[in-house]
Amino acid sequence: MSEVLMDIQDLAKHFVIDTNFFGKPVSVLKAVDGVSFSINQGEAFGLVGESGCGKTTLGKILVNLYRPTSGKLFFEGKDLTVLNEEQRRAYCKDIQMIFQDPYASLNPKMTVGDIIAEPILINGLLPRNQVEERVIYLLNCVGLARHQRNRYPHEFSGGQRQRVGIARALAVEPKIIVCDEPVSALDVSIQAQVLNLLGDLKEEFGLTYLFIAHGLNVVKHISDRVGVMYLGKLVEVAPKKELYANPLHPYTQALLSAIPVINPEKKMERIILEGDVPSPINPPAGCRFCSRCFKKLEQCKLNEPKLKEVSPGHFVACHLFD
Amino acid sequence: MLLEVKNLTTEFKLKRGIVKAVDDISFTIDKGEILAIVGESGSGKSVTSLSIMGLLQKPGKVTGGQIFYKSQDLSTLSKKELQKLRGNQISMIFQEPMTSLNPVWRIKDQIMESIMLHMKLSKKDALARTIEILETVGIPSAAQRANDYPHQMSGGMRQRVMTAMALACNPELLIADEPTTALDVTIQAQILELLYRMREKFHMAVMLITHDLGVVSEAADRVIVMYCGKIMEEADVRTLFNNPMHPYTIGLLKSIPQIDNDSDERLYMIKGMVPNPLNMPKGCPFSDRCEQSMERCTQEMPQLQDIDGHKVRCFLHDAKEGGSAKQ
Repeated sequence: MSEVLMDIQDLAKHFVIDTNFFGKPVSVLKAVDGVSFSINQGEAFGLVGESGCGKTTLGKILVNLYRPTSGKLFFEGKDLTVLNEEQRRAYCKDIQMIFQDPYASLNPKMTVGDIIAEPILINGLLPRNQVEERVIYLLNCVGLARHQRNRYPHEFSGGQRQRVGIARALAVEPKIIVCDEPVSALDVSIQAQVLNLLGDLKEEFGLTYLFIAHGLNVVKHISDRVGVMYLGKLVEVAPKKELYANPLHPYTQALLSAIPVINPEKKMERIILEGDVPSPINPPAGCRFCSRCFKKLEQCKLNEPKLKEVSPGHFVACHLFD
Repeated sequence: MLLEVKNLTTEFKLKRGIVKAVDDISFTIDKGEILAIVGESGSGKSVTSLSIMGLLQKPGKVTGGQIFYKSQDLSTLSKKELQKLRGNQISMIFQEPMTSLNPVWRIKDQIMESIMLHMKLSKKDALARTIEILETVGIPSAAQRANDYPHQMSGGMRQRVMTAMALACNPELLIADEPTTALDVTIQAQILELLYRMREKFHMAVMLITHDLGVVSEAADRVIVMYCGKIMEEADVRTLFNNPMHPYTIGLLKSIPQIDNDSDERLYMIKGMVPNPLNMPKGCPFSDRCEQSMERCTQEMPQLQDIDGHKVRCFLHDAKEGGSAKQ
């Protein structure tokens, strides 16, 4: 594929939960713990995993809502983690985010037009008298009418609010958009509308997406490549068709088999995982999935498997493939 | 027949007008049957379950119809008699495990409350039963976890506690309102498996309310599709998925990205959105979004037709007009 837009190397974000008397951390939540992958120009990279696996934290690091604890984040070949706050902010324009909850991510006291205009004004992209025209253009792009710019978020339905969130992200002409569960709060019939819109905008503006979701069917629809996360680690990365046809990691296999299929004739052979995701505070040693894995080996409890390429473009972190 | 709902209508009296959240619906559930009710938000599926349980909050009110449980009209029962049924023979799993558990009570006390009330067990026996049921729903080291408060548990655990509470008195009818919506897919698979096991073991009937057609296809025997408070289609699960008749059902099925589909085509979209309940279109409530809408659809309400056990509310399948059953 084409050139790498964003390269993530061993990125980690640890939250200190508790410190001892001397201020030394005694309990650390490792939300993202050494994740590496790259996103190519013009592709949609899907990131799936269950709640608490660190996918949202990762997205927030990319848009500079969190500073990573360690690791590197290259954007167009430039390491963003070494920049100071002011220099880093210059790149925020290029990396935008669409949030999960359209009810919580729009300011209820601002009109939709002001919400969309705000990033344009802050970044000084256009003179004030041209902003309105641009807002109307953006509203049209996301399928809203021009007169709706004077309305407030509560006057919109969930799907429409998500469109406003998309227009706001588009306002600064970003190169990559981090979509954090953009459709999971929406009704089924509205989900399709928003997914199609995201697909159209990608074509139209040549966008790159990091698409974060827990719905594997949604990720499959929109992504070119998919990464699977478990407890702060990336366990498998592969092109979409390869991953869904030939999942290698036991966790990916279980995740795929757990999705209910809309076909009453076809009862899937289910892999039912035992137990819950362990707490990311002091996670198990060795492979993080070993407490729930149905194929675990002796060494899984001792050594942590590394992500390695087992076939072209297909990476997996599992001792079964050593 | 375990439960029979006849012409149930539930209204919410608001300042701006009356909202018919549930509009003249009738259905039955047999012993040991899993009936799924699907619909989008605002379709009235949760209000239906609350109406059956007698848990409607003001300004909601059942304004018409009857609900029979084992041929007994629930509306004729006193509060006390209803209390005896609720939590004992009919129980409910609520949608939000985070908000439906009491945060200042230990898990075991919350579950023991209904056991002691309905099964008349001593405290000791009730605790034993509590631990047994927590084990059944798959909570590891149940005896210790029973002492936890809800905030000490994960979302999946809490949902299992809710399920345990609902199953504690071996109900004959379980109303499960989006029991897996807040959960991850691997936990969802565990909970669905559990409901299945309970059905096999105790011959329990389940009214499963969900918006996830995947869950419906896996779990249900029969399906009701609701839209704007009305039943649009009802059929057994195979018939509904293989031969959906209502344009709304067909649209819903087509608009979901399927995991076993490799094409990258655009998704089918149902245009527009659910109408405002205070400003319903005249005629069929789906007429303003329907691709096959006819003149007549905007004028009069189609009736629910029974075509060999497959019920559908649409003029396209109107037997009297000689309309053909379209694929």
